[in-house]
Amino acid sequence: MSTTYSVNNTTNTAEKGRKHYLRYLLTGIMFGIVFVKAEIISWFRIQEMFRLQSFHMYGVIGTAVITAALSVWLIRKFGIRTLDGEKITIQPKKFKQGQIWGGLIFGLGWGLTGACPGPLFAQIGTGALVVIVVLASAVAGTWTYGYLSSRIKND
Amino acid sequence: MSILKEPWPWYVAGILIGLTVPVLLIAGNKQFGISANLRHICASCFPGKVSFFRYDWRKERWNLVFAAGILIGGYIAATFLSNGQDIKVNPELVQQLKSYGITDYSNMVPRQLFNFGSLLTLRGWVMLVGGGFLVGFGTRYAGGCTSGHSIMGLSTLQWPSLVATICFMAGGFIMANLILPFILAL
Repeated sequence: MSTTYSVNNTTNTAEKGRKHYLRYLLTGIMFGIVFVKAEIISWFRIQEMFRLQSFHMYGVIGTAVITAALSVWLIRKFGIRTLDGEKITIQPKKFKQGQIWGGLIFGLGWGLTGACPGPLFAQIGTGALVVIVVLASAVAGTWTYGYLSSRIKND
Repeated sequence: MSILKEPWPWYVAGILIGLTVPVLLIAGNKQFGISANLRHICASCFPGKVSFFRYDWRKERWNLVFAAGILIGGYIAATFLSNGQDIKVNPELVQQLKSYGITDYSNMVPRQLFNFGSLLTLRGWVMLVGGGFLVGFGTRYAGGCTSGHSIMGLSTLQWPSLVATICFMAGGFIMANLILPFILAL
């Protein structure tokens, strides 16, 4: 009897999960469209940003942070819950040395490829298929970090 | 419709990107952070014996779906919402890039650098393969990228994310101004 119950339970969770994926897919699509239409995924725009030749990217990131901060403040103030009624929790980020060294390494790569991980996916979508190679290399970079992580000091 | 096809101003983009944070939180208590997907790809495809990749990546499938959405969004925008015009950038940059043979502004990425043939050149190899590797290694070492630290972290007032963001920018400034000119000249 108890076995039947647990089997049913698993199916329900799986079903619920599948429905949820649509939410994330649509959010991602919207996000990808914004990326392209505001030229955030443009290598040229990133070069302008790092050469202080344009306000555009600073405006985008600044407005995004303010909008997100206001939203999170409202969520906390009114105790807004998820669509499924769960309590919203935000995990605190701990300081690690990696935020300095890893941050610098990522910054160097950002200046070269003109893309952080999100834009890589959008660039491929726009038809710049060679970016698949960049993404594969980024996966290799992540794998290498994971492989060395027990030996790299990061606390 | 025509206004959608023009490049969108920074404040529209900023607000929409910022709203991704509450949308993901309300959709299912998810933290905005895209570079984690690179780790999930490793964990799902080739975890090896590496403990860093031994976790239940299936729980994080939503994020991979989100990334797939970004790719589809990129396709939709480029296919149906493009005005077909060149990207307009600061004339100073145009001058600088011209001396390295970069003159094509018809794509989001410079065609003269981002093509399969360029992988056979030292310049292309360093920029695409080397650059990608640094992005993947650096973001995981830093525990996040522009989305996880600069937007999610800063907006929730977490100082480690400010440290990370400052270092991202420092790395970018060093590359674009001090190192890239030599690489472009290769």
